[in-house]
Amino acid sequence: MADFNPKIVAFVCNWCTYAGADLTGTSRMKYAPQVSIVRFPCTGRIDFMLLLKAFAGGADGIIVSGCHPNDCHYSSGNFHARRRWVVFRGLMDFLGIDVRRVQFSWVSAAEGAKWAQLVNETTDRIRRLGPFADYQRLRGLGVG
Amino acid sequence: MNSMEKDTRLIGREALAKLFAQWLGEGRRILAPRRNGDKVDFAEVETPGEVSLDPVQTGQSPKGALFPRVEELFSFPSRDGRVELRERDLAALKPTVVFGLRPCDAAALAALAAIFNWDSADALFSARLAALTTVGVACNRCDEYCFCTSLGGGPGATTGSDILLTDMGGGEYLAEVISEKGRQAIQGAGTLFQPALGKDKESRLARVEKAFDLDKVKPALEALFDDEAFWVEQSLRCLGCGACAYVCPTCACFDIQDENGRRLRCWDSCGFGLFTLHTSGHNPRPLQSQRWRQRLMHKFAYMPERQSVLGCVGCGRCSRACPVDMNILEHLRAVAEAKP
Amino acid sequence: MQALRSKARELLATKTVQVIIGYARGGGGRARAVFVREAAKADALVFDDSCQQNLAVYLSKPEVRKLGKAALVATPAALRAILQLAAENQIAEGELLALAVGADDVVPLTTFAAIEAHVAARDGDWSAAEKEELHKYEAMGLEERRRFWEEQFSRCLKCYACRAACPLCYCTRCTVECNQPQWIPVPAHDLGNLEWNVMRAMHLAGRCVDCGDCGRACPVNIPLHLLNRRLIREVFTVFGSRSGRSAKGDNALSTFKPNDPEDFIQ
Repeated sequence: MADFNPKIVAFVCNWCTYAGADLTGTSRMKYAPQVSIVRFPCTGRIDFMLLLKAFAGGADGIIVSGCHPNDCHYSSGNFHARRRWVVFRGLMDFLGIDVRRVQFSWVSAAEGAKWAQLVNETTDRIRRLGPFADYQRLRGLGVG
Repeated sequence: MNSMEKDTRLIGREALAKLFAQWLGEGRRILAPRRNGDKVDFAEVETPGEVSLDPVQTGQSPKGALFPRVEELFSFPSRDGRVELRERDLAALKPTVVFGLRPCDAAALAALAAIFNWDSADALFSARLAALTTVGVACNRCDEYCFCTSLGGGPGATTGSDILLTDMGGGEYLAEVISEKGRQAIQGAGTLFQPALGKDKESRLARVEKAFDLDKVKPALEALFDDEAFWVEQSLRCLGCGACAYVCPTCACFDIQDENGRRLRCWDSCGFGLFTLHTSGHNPRPLQSQRWRQRLMHKFAYMPERQSVLGCVGCGRCSRACPVDMNILEHLRAVAEAKP
Repeated sequence: MQALRSKARELLATKTVQVIIGYARGGGGRARAVFVREAAKADALVFDDSCQQNLAVYLSKPEVRKLGKAALVATPAALRAILQLAAENQIAEGELLALAVGADDVVPLTTFAAIEAHVAARDGDWSAAEKEELHKYEAMGLEERRRFWEEQFSRCLKCYACRAACPLCYCTRCTVECNQPQWIPVPAHDLGNLEWNVMRAMHLAGRCVDCGDCGRACPVNIPLHLLNRRLIREVFTVFGSRSGRSAKGDNALSTFKPNDPEDFIQ
């Protein structure tokens, strides 16, 4: 696994985590470069299908992050997201998809250090889990 | 039609296993009914031992050998800013033996060919057809859903089979070699067969009573076209799922989708609500009753008229698979007996 | 059954309803849905163990609604479906009469409150066998489950019989029919089949009333209802929420509690 360069996709909300990641950068904190950040207005807008599409597109791991409960810019978007994530994790696990490949998190605009730590830890974990070959293999199956 | 002399032989079960081995050795793949839980469907097999001819009929038809559920028509990968058009390599298609299809399924090949080669030859379909050899198995049993004899077919009919086997009991099969392809499939395997002296095929066949007069159906359908109440009545419980079209051996409606630089053809069903939706938003068949009518009209009026072939072989799969018991045989009887 | 037929005759004769949505004898020992509009034809109605289909699915069909006010021969699952449809504003009070068929009687339920009470009085947990079925898959472990579902979904035809059979799948323009973007691939290849089945399970999370018609309708025998059951259990154990018990209220995924669990969130 030493040569494996994991692809991580991060779905983050604009007001908290994206700003937090910005702070990480302006604070000159380094973090694993394998992550590609996708910005959303709110975690409430993050459809579970997007996570599956990311895996199908070659992601080995995913980070989903937004404002802490009670801090949502739109009041309750993250509350709805939280419930959706509980259900989606249950379904993924039941289907045999390793939920360790998806890291959910609350990172505020002030938590630049937390963002760096989150990305580094997640990247490490995905590196140890290896490429998500089982999922990506599905792409070629079933076409005559 | 060929001018071959009637070539009927006998083959035992062990010899059949050797025939399978010969086919595999020739680079053919063998598709046959194989048990998977409580369903039996066509899948790749290597020995006759894997084949299950227990059920009267398989859940799905063997049409996937000619018209796969999902099929790449061609691809157009983009490289260095240029798009390359890549055709399918038709020569790479593996020759296939479909073993154990019933006479109704064998008859369905003509309907599929009529559709795919109607006004222009479908190269991919035709290549698959050319590479296909059918070894049918006649029916010793039938159930209440079968109605092949009402449509000019029968449990021992040979149309569409390159070889037709009939289980004579005691591990022996009567083997009728129907076509040149059939003869080629057993080339060099002459020693596996014995002469079929005085074997009575008819005595081994299922009795499928004729259920309705086919000649009455098309004119009745045409006369009933505008009878809304009749079609609503028949289709009230229909849910508009695609199960009937997908398990049907003659249904060939398809959709085309581009994905990741590949043009894919896939199964579609006229039963779906949005099947006929226009880009304008207009839908000429917005009601399930109209879509049900279309199913019968297409199979029993339009196809005979335009392609000179029936769009149904009486296999009964649609009725068995239907979650709400729409029983096409019942509906056809009602049509044939309807007072104009 | 006689009680059901008499009730049906009475309801039609008095024009209390215009149609009885019930079961009739079908082919192969099956029951099939029937729409009785004349009192004289009420003898076609049957009710026994073969009557499994959730007839509430017809409440979303325009051709059936056009027949007028309906009385629906309701299995326990159908009663739950009616309540859930009411909670989702798909049927209004007074549009429907439910007929709950017992061993030798028929209980007409004319209001949602009556249905709620009837459901509550008979509500229970899954049987030991049903719990065992779900546990069997969990005991398999992640990799075995992955292989199991991969094999199952490789057979999916995308016929959408599961969707058509479900009373809660009533969207006239389903998400799979959206092609800008094409969320769910049209072709029935393995990846698209997985995505469809995930979509279906998630869109029913907190709404599915556990009738099992999805698995029954599937022409290739995929045990779809397991996915729904797994989420029914998740929604109940984590949020204390169950669909189909009240004609009012929001679905589990349309609401939240400030202290919803989040131990998996860093």
